[in-house]
Amino acid sequence: MHVVVVTKNTPDTAATVTVKGDGTIDWGDSLVVNPWDEYAITEAVLLKEAHSGKATVLTVGTDEHQEALKHGLAIGCDQAIRVWDGALDGCDSLGYAEAVAAAIRKLGDVDLVIFGRELADIATDQHVYQVARKLGWTMLGYVAKIQALDVAARSITVNRLTEYGTQTVRSTLPAVISVVKDINEPKYPTFIGIRKAAKAEIPVWSAADLGLDAAALQPRTQQLRYQELPKREGTVEIIEGATAQEKAAKLIDRLIEEKVL
Amino acid sequence: MSQGVLVWVEQFKGKPQAASWEALGQARTLAGGGPVTAAVFGQGVETVAQEAIRRGADRVLVADDATLADYRFEPFVALLAQIVREHQPAIVLAAATIAGREVLAGAAAEIGAGLLTDVTDLSLEGGKLQAVRPVLGGKVLSVEAITGDGPQFATLRPRAFPAPEPDPSRSGEIVAVAPVLAEDAIASKVEAMQEVTGTISLTDATIIVSGGRGVGGPEGFDPVRELAEALGGAVGASRAAVDAGWIPYEHQVGQTGKVVSPDLYIAAGISGAIQHQAGMRTAKVIVAINKDPEAPIFKLARYGIVGDLFEVLPALTAEVRKRLG
Ligand SMILES: Cc1cc2nc3c(=O)[nH]c(=O)nc-3n(C[C@H](O)[C@H](O)[C@H](O)COP(=O)(O)OP(=O)(O)OC[C@H]3O[C@@H](n4cnc5c(N)ncnc54)[C@H](O)[C@@H]3O)c2cc1C
Ligand SMILES: Nc1ncnc2c1ncn2[C@@H]1O[C@H](COP(=O)(O)O)[C@@H](O)[C@H]1O
Repeated sequence: MHVVVVTKNTPDTAATVTVKGDGTIDWGDSLVVNPWDEYAITEAVLLKEAHSGKATVLTVGTDEHQEALKHGLAIGCDQAIRVWDGALDGCDSLGYAEAVAAAIRKLGDVDLVIFGRELADIATDQHVYQVARKLGWTMLGYVAKIQALDVAARSITVNRLTEYGTQTVRSTLPAVISVVKDINEPKYPTFIGIRKAAKAEIPVWSAADLGLDAAALQPRTQQLRYQELPKREGTVEIIEGATAQEKAAKLIDRLIEEKVL
Repeated sequence: MSQGVLVWVEQFKGKPQAASWEALGQARTLAGGGPVTAAVFGQGVETVAQEAIRRGADRVLVADDATLADYRFEPFVALLAQIVREHQPAIVLAAATIAGREVLAGAAAEIGAGLLTDVTDLSLEGGKLQAVRPVLGGKVLSVEAITGDGPQFATLRPRAFPAPEPDPSRSGEIVAVAPVLAEDAIASKVEAMQEVTGTISLTDATIIVSGGRGVGGPEGFDPVRELAEALGGAVGASRAAVDAGWIPYEHQVGQTGKVVSPDLYIAAGISGAIQHQAGMRTAKVIVAINKDPEAPIFKLARYGIVGDLFEVLPALTAEVRKRLG
């Protein structure tokens, strides 16, 4: 069984970011593995261990994203692949999806592709589904549990969390899934894992290696600028009162005035 | 020539997803005088189609079929892509629900169209969609635009746009469309659905009462639940409470949980970490109840009560019940 986990680095959400006068952002230097992807990478490793298979960690991006790949190797992925090419510079989410799908096709024997739910940075929230569609595979999103995976029978059964409840779906392989945090407890790299990852050779595949043509990478959307959030009106009004009852009555009055009750 | 706006209207077991009407409202605005078409996929969805007309659709394309009874990626994406190719709408919209995100992204990828996701503001500049989306866990806004030709796709964050009221005098055309995939061409089969019952879904809720580590244990959610019930609202939680196992993950609000936009968000025993804020900062009115006057949540809140949630929440519940008579 061959499972591929697709990931990249994102800025740390706990870091402060400031929008500059020209509408760009200083991302700071604290890039971390996309927190959603920690579950995805862990799941890939757990599955390959359970099924004596192979796990590949894949990213499309500049060498800024090398860390996400090393993290994957350090917790147990067998190989890492980075896709990058000048031709990818400035492409949008659909272009990245073309590249991911092409890399998966080049790997050839892939049974399952795992993604984190969305990116913590610019969260285009479309990449995963675009990859699935480009591959023409089933997409099982928001997976909280893999109930069964039978590689020989080419079948996977998962629980998906939806707004309406938990859907249990069975699908044939190959398939693309995205996972939510219920799926596992993220693995953390061991010292030995980190040493191994540091020594690993990570191949870089170019657009030509993947047979990607310029038309497929043409962006359909453009990021124009960033803006600060509008400041929330006024500051907090602390409701005072001698007793909890008095405070409660005052607060309810305010909420009725605000027309939210 | 491409014209008009198409809205994918989501439903579950014949019940429309309220956020779809918000998308329909935006469709009317963006269409100017042009036609607004709704597309409804499911089984037994006639009443949803009729409501779509009352909410602003001129025409509804209805695919009523057993293969569409439950949401599945392949048949829904294939059908939406087919409809878009055939009708060539200028714009395609849906609510940014789980299914809405998947269906529009899948169809846009198939067509090679541009998609703006989870937007909170939408306009047309020179015929191209321009949108504002919260990014980086809601800390900053990103302004993005469609640049490609052909149909332009966008998903709208639930509760960021007003829903049009139903107008019983409106009339429109209902057109039946056939599914694209037969059952044996669909790789996935739904085996079971365990519905969330009795509780109001966080994404739809106009009022949410959330508890954090400050509730101290699973039974600490009782006063949270009682207030939510008295207010007709839903129960949310911080990650600390979820990780402690006091309440299931589906209640988690924040960066790795749900993003909500209620009219009223009451945070009890929640410090207001940036990752929690990512899920609730667009609420209209935020109330913080915390015994620590320095808790960061007070910086975000409109109203605050400094005190013990085990005294404040029951007092609020009693007061609400008293006023409602
Ligand atoms: C990658 C990542 C993703 C994350 N995603 C999320 C997410 O999606 N959602 C989320 O919520 N968090 C998320 N977090 C965690 C987040 O950083 C905080 O740790 C978490 O929100 C803290 O939860 P809390 O406010 O309930 O707990 P605490 O920070 O411990 O706060 C508890 C508060 O309760 C108050 N309190 C205690 N007792 C009482 C009482 N009796 N009455 C009144 N007040 C009382 C205390 O004064 C304190 O302010 C994420 C973190 C990371 C790193
Ligand atoms: N360029 C990329 N290379 C690899 N993975 C990506 C890339 N962009 C997004 N992803 C992954 O796709 C998932 C969803 O991203 P998004 O749809 O952009 O929110 C996350 O698991 C990301 O790590």
